Amino acid sequence: MTNAVWTSGLRKRYRKRTAVDGVSFAVARGEVLGLLGPNGAGKTTVIKMMLGLVRPDAGEVMLLGRPVTDPRARAKVGYLPELFRYQPWLTAREVLDLHVRLAGAGVPEKERHDTLGLVGLADRAGDRVGGFSKGMQQRLGLAVALVARPEFVVLDEPTSALDPVGRADVRDILLSLKERGVAVLLNSHLIGEVERVCDRVVILDRGRVAASGTLAELLGGREVRLRLEKVTSEAEERLRSAGPLSRDGDLFTVAELEADVVPDLVADLVELGVRVHSVEPGRVSLEDRLLDILGSER
Amino acid sequence: MIVLTFAALTLREAARRKVLRALAVLTVVLLALSAWGFHTLVTREFDGALLTSGELRLIASQLLNLVMFGLSLIAALGTAFLAGPTVAGEMESGAALAILARPIRRSTVLAGKWLGLVAFGGGFVALAGLAQFVIVYATTGYWPSDPVTGLALLAFQTAVLLTLGLLFSTLISPMASGVVAVGLFGATWIAGVVGGVGRGLGNDSVAAVGTVSQVLLPTDGLWRGAMYAFQDPAALLGFGGPAVKGGFPFLSDAPLTWAYLAWTIAWTALVLGLAALLLRRRDL
Repeated sequence: MTNAVWTSGLRKRYRKRTAVDGVSFAVARGEVLGLLGPNGAGKTTVIKMMLGLVRPDAGEVMLLGRPVTDPRARAKVGYLPELFRYQPWLTAREVLDLHVRLAGAGVPEKERHDTLGLVGLADRAGDRVGGFSKGMQQRLGLAVALVARPEFVVLDEPTSALDPVGRADVRDILLSLKERGVAVLLNSHLIGEVERVCDRVVILDRGRVAASGTLAELLGGREVRLRLEKVTSEAEERLRSAGPLSRDGDLFTVAELEADVVPDLVADLVELGVRVHSVEPGRVSLEDRLLDILGSER
Repeated sequence: MIVLTFAALTLREAARRKVLRALAVLTVVLLALSAWGFHTLVTREFDGALLTSGELRLIASQLLNLVMFGLSLIAALGTAFLAGPTVAGEMESGAALAILARPIRRSTVLAGKWLGLVAFGGGFVALAGLAQFVIVYATTGYWPSDPVTGLALLAFQTAVLLTLGLLFSTLISPMASGVVAVGLFGATWIAGVVGGVGRGLGNDSVAAVGTVSQVLLPTDGLWRGAMYAFQDPAALLGFGGPAVKGGFPFLSDAPLTWAYLAWTIAWTALVLGLAALLLRRRDL
């Protein structure tokens, strides 16, 4: 499988400040990759170098099989910038028409209108962008990124101006892109969003890749938390046999166990006379893991 | 093809932004005032008598140059303040990000915007200039000696200034690029007047001020060529003395040379090329 984008050793300095320092990673075709990191980690600069909007001081970018210096590399790319502004004197429909023409894509009128419908702007197609709220402009930006049948979509903070309904819409759009095999690079501070839709995550910190991998690799195995009473030594032994055990009063946490062994474990505990108040399956959240990685970096 | 898309987009921007309305209002005010002025010139008695046809032609010819200067100033202001936002403004606001992430070259975008602005400025000069000629003809019976060349040179002057505006807009903020371009336009005109006075008085070093400024920024050189095409050839003889040598700001003493025209074309291409180079290297 070829890559939608491949970057190697990207470096960028702005005067005395190093914004990006040797970043290398790839997004495979059909993959959804989350780009995480604190403010100023260099995420947006990496994205801009990836699209040829910022010239790297060093490093290489291959975009959909071509070097990024070749404008044709961007033919099948959809991009929603962090700073989303569209010509205020154009209508939403005209903005989409312009981008379809610039992309050189043959997208019929109905499909363009459907794209506006997808982001909830179907009834505002004929209105000038100048009168749009921030949230509506971000929705329009999403439509612009999606309209020219892209094979790789780059979304830089796509929900920063959206209400909870808008965020849910974006999640649905991301899942449908994933279903259609469109590669996505998602930069978002909403970790829950990333955790729900991304196959893989790259964490940037101070211009470098601090960690990367699939969610399972980054977050490790699952755990289960049980609130128990009347735990005998025999019952404790049963818990220990399921996985590494830790205890905090009546709260027992069994780590690294598979979800399908939980019912048997609970049945055995009940049989051993243990009173089970609650069973909470869980795992380390991406947020905890991110804070952990960033904390150990400093 | 994409160049034309951007040219059309620039024209649409000009048409939909308030700058077009402001230009139209300014132009109508200027045309109306000039119509009133020219009408007064014909109907009013000076020292107990109306002007003779010779005097009328002479004065109409000079006044036409003065009004055309006003029009060229409006065109310069309009296009310089359109050229600034079209590049620098889009980069500042972020509108350029989504556009330049498409499979297009930045130089194509710049060329398209330039073409659109030239069409806008040229169209304005042609329409407003023609309206002014008709007003002068209807009131005084005077028709410029070479109107097409004059209007073409005036349109070229607008193109030169907006090219400079585009260059600045790849470097500095939208408003600053418009202000600097218009400021330089005014400074070159004043330098041209100073140079003319120098020639009139036979002072070579003062005359050189005008020549050097006309080479550095060809707007004033083109304006003087345009004036020569608008004015009555007899006007030169009528004034005589230092005026013939260039000492009067609204009278041109010589037509444009081909060498100067070639330099102006080369200047425009160079400045536009430099703007494209700067834009290509600029981080967004």
